Amino acid sequence: MSRIDTPAMSRMQTLARNPAVIALTLALALAGCANKKNLPNSAGDLGLNGAGSATPGSTQDFTVNVGDRIFFDTDSTSVRADAQQTLDRQAQWLQRYPKYAITIEGHADERGTREYNLALGARRAASTKEYLASRGIPASRMKTISYGKERPVAVCDDISCWSQNRRAVTVLGGAGM
Amino acid sequence: MNRRSFLGLMMAGAGVSALSTPAHALVEININKGNVEPLPIAITDFVSNNELGAQISQVVAADLQRSGLFAPVNRAAFIEKITDPSKAPRFEDWKAINAQALVVGRVSREGDGRLRAEFRLWDTYAGSQMTGQQFFTQPENWRRLAHIIADAIYERITGEKGYFDTRVVFVSESGPKTARQRQLAIMDQDGFNVRTLTSGKDLVLTPRFSPNRQEVTYMSFEGNQPRVYLLQLETGQREVVGNFPGMTFSPRFSPDGQKVIMSLQQEGNANIYTMDLRSRTTTRLTSTAAIDTAPSYAPDGARIAFESDRGGKQQIYVMGADGSGQQRISFGDGSYSTPVWSPRGDLIAFTKQSGGKFSIGVMKPDGSGERILTSGFHNEGPTWAPNGRVLMFFRQNAGAGGPQLYSIDLTGYNELQVKTPAYGSDPAWSPLLE
Repeated sequence: MSRIDTPAMSRMQTLARNPAVIALTLALALAGCANKKNLPNSAGDLGLNGAGSATPGSTQDFTVNVGDRIFFDTDSTSVRADAQQTLDRQAQWLQRYPKYAITIEGHADERGTREYNLALGARRAASTKEYLASRGIPASRMKTISYGKERPVAVCDDISCWSQNRRAVTVLGGAGM
Repeated sequence: MNRRSFLGLMMAGAGVSALSTPAHALVEININKGNVEPLPIAITDFVSNNELGAQISQVVAADLQRSGLFAPVNRAAFIEKITDPSKAPRFEDWKAINAQALVVGRVSREGDGRLRAEFRLWDTYAGSQMTGQQFFTQPENWRRLAHIIADAIYERITGEKGYFDTRVVFVSESGPKTARQRQLAIMDQDGFNVRTLTSGKDLVLTPRFSPNRQEVTYMSFEGNQPRVYLLQLETGQREVVGNFPGMTFSPRFSPDGQKVIMSLQQEGNANIYTMDLRSRTTTRLTSTAAIDTAPSYAPDGARIAFESDRGGKQQIYVMGADGSGQQRISFGDGSYSTPVWSPRGDLIAFTKQSGGKFSIGVMKPDGSGERILTSGFHNEGPTWAPNGRVLMFFRQNAGAGGPQLYSIDLTGYNELQVKTPAYGSDPAWSPLLE
């Protein structure tokens, strides 16, 4: 999560074409701040101003307060330490709210060929699923899908964007449900 | 199916060509010599009572020029005006402007509404006719008629099959990168007559032609279930290929058209399978804890090239059609992917990633003789013209915008954009119909 806490303005403007994406990016940025204990009153303020009234157990609660996505290193499918923290929170939350099934969407950055990236995204979704399973989420609640490099969220030609696109996103009641 | 009767195009073989005298031709191009000097050729407006005569000659000239092997002579330099293409031209007039070959023709309307077109190819220095043919077709096929004439000229002068009467399926892309819409589309090889084949509602990728040009296999995310499909071009009928327990992707036909070869994703691994389209039986060809994908048959069907990261990075491997003898063939710096076997069997084209660049190159099927044809920020996904002399691929430049289609010949010198109405990716060249 900390990796996208300060998105550059230029990129925000690019993303502004898609309101859903910018809202999500902002929400994540704010959630990232909320984790920093040295910011006075941050959690309380953000609860009111940033995330709005994220009802506990809601999709918004999951996206904003838990974090719905993790990021990967180039060509890698292993779950990083920072991603493990996010997935631990996801697992706790999913155990508290067992009504949700999830779809894990695996993605790759654009610096690869199409076919390979489809498989790479699938591998990232699979390793995310495996991690959540190891934290007690039954496989029957989880589906995976890969979009390869076809669904980037950040658009630029350097690592700052590519690192945001190499991701696995946990979608509540997502694709195919 | 006969090439000439496909789409109702008829050639009267006995017509004009019977008039030709089999003379020794001085005019020839040896493609195998590498970077050849383009042959100066004069392509006159076909005699006609409307603009169609000029239009046909323009399409013929554009085809030949784009091949890089011909240099159409500026028509402003023409001395003789052709008024009767069945008479011998004044060779001196054409030699004077250094036109080594001359194309003349006529197009007219038959009583039943069909077009009648004839052309002759002259060797101006030998003073002899090299070929002459006559065609009948529906008026809406006039561009196709011109491509067939260009193929006949190309073949007569180079001794190789032409590739102008062919089509390309590709992914037409529009909208911003974060919300890109993708549709299957088909067009003539020169970028004309673009027609979309899917609505754009579902993400579609990697279309590939069947050997008879009637079907396309591709991947679609319809219903959020990414799978390989088969599309009948004439009827628009679609079906899922096989009943696999996971994502299927990267499909391609076998050279006999009886099988689709593709990858099946299961958890973190992708392996290669075939499905026989008649018996519906599936066969597993690779079995590794790796990503095995982008399979492509040799034209004789005996071997398959594919990419795998079983050794760490993506590399190109070759195996028997039954999966036997899997052997790595790419050993250069960087990683290699999307191998595509040439229709001639002599080369494998690929995408190479190295030093932050994406290149298109070729190597022999044993991995030797690697040659990079073009290199840059992002080049990907080569496909062969059916004569194995030209490749098409897609290029994404740095910065905003989307991918565009390009062609390049095997010398690497003749690189051209294939302009499409929207962005374009994943081109797949049709075979020729014999």
